[in-house]
Amino acid sequence: MMRAAFILLVLAMPALAAVGNPEDRLRDPAQEARAQAIGRDLRCLVCQNQSIEDSDAAVASDLRRIVRERVVAGDPDERIVAFVHDRYGDFVLLRPPVNAATALLWATPALALLGGMLAIRAMRRRAATTPEPAPLSEAERRRLAQLDETPRA
Amino acid sequence: MSETVKTSRRRWLLYAPLGVAAGCGVAFYAMLNGMRTGSFDPRGVPSTLIGRPVPDFALPAMDGIDKPALAASDLRGVGRPSVVNFWASWCVPCIVEHPQLMRLARQGVPVFGVNYKDQLPGAQAFLARHGNPFQRLGVDAPGRVAIDWGVYGVPETYFLDKEGLVRWRWAGPITPEVFEQDLTPLLRRYA
Repeated sequence: MMRAAFILLVLAMPALAAVGNPEDRLRDPAQEARAQAIGRDLRCLVCQNQSIEDSDAAVASDLRRIVRERVVAGDPDERIVAFVHDRYGDFVLLRPPVNAATALLWATPALALLGGMLAIRAMRRRAATTPEPAPLSEAERRRLAQLDETPRA
Repeated sequence: MSETVKTSRRRWLLYAPLGVAAGCGVAFYAMLNGMRTGSFDPRGVPSTLIGRPVPDFALPAMDGIDKPALAASDLRGVGRPSVVNFWASWCVPCIVEHPQLMRLARQGVPVFGVNYKDQLPGAQAFLARHGNPFQRLGVDAPGRVAIDWGVYGVPETYFLDKEGLVRWRWAGPITPEVFEQDLTPLLRRYA
């Protein structure tokens, strides 16, 4: 019984674990949800593949607090993101903006689709222009029949 | 379409994957080489301050240390290249780089310090033990000014030209190599 309870507790731990200090969370659930949505699109500069909402780094915690202060102050989402973007650049955005440096990145799916469509068209065209093979001659047919009768190992 | 044209195109197709692989190999080599020499850093966060003046701020001086406080206006009319260093006594790489800051100060380069998220006794002891290279020293206990600068960890060092525009930022300790390969040429270029 004790063992089962212990295993259950261990299994439940990830669900109970939340990043950051619970006191930092906003009391208003709507505001907190907004802050989390903004934070999930901001990259932690230290543990670079996590958002600031997921990271335990000190800078991430500072940025979480700044996002929340601005949510409470009533700033629109774009202004809050712009505040962080001004300081840390494109690197902080988990959703990269479309600009000259990222054009190729954003265009890759369209280019891949276009390439695939061109390849399919070329293949179909080639199939259409390839002439039907000539029918087998009498000699070839005889040879084939002969091969067919050869006993298999 | 004649037969010879068709076979030559087939042969080209045969070599195409080889060509693609060779291209990837060259690009990969260039990337690794860049990572080795430091010209390419996939984890580096480029500073948005490059080419711009420092953000507005005013930080209090450190108690018990006989150095004036630090504000943005102190960095605008220096009249010669200067260096701003974000450090903390709890940061091990800061100890590693400290001799290079002392060396800069000895060369007569104005070095300004921002003590980041530190505790006073620790910071005082750090300066007493390793020396104080800073001409001015501001205390940023909440770390908010650091965020305005785009700092994401200590140590971080900024190089400012005569006019006070940021020309270079280094995240991490200033090793003797960084001193020779980056700071010395910068000092010569912006002298």
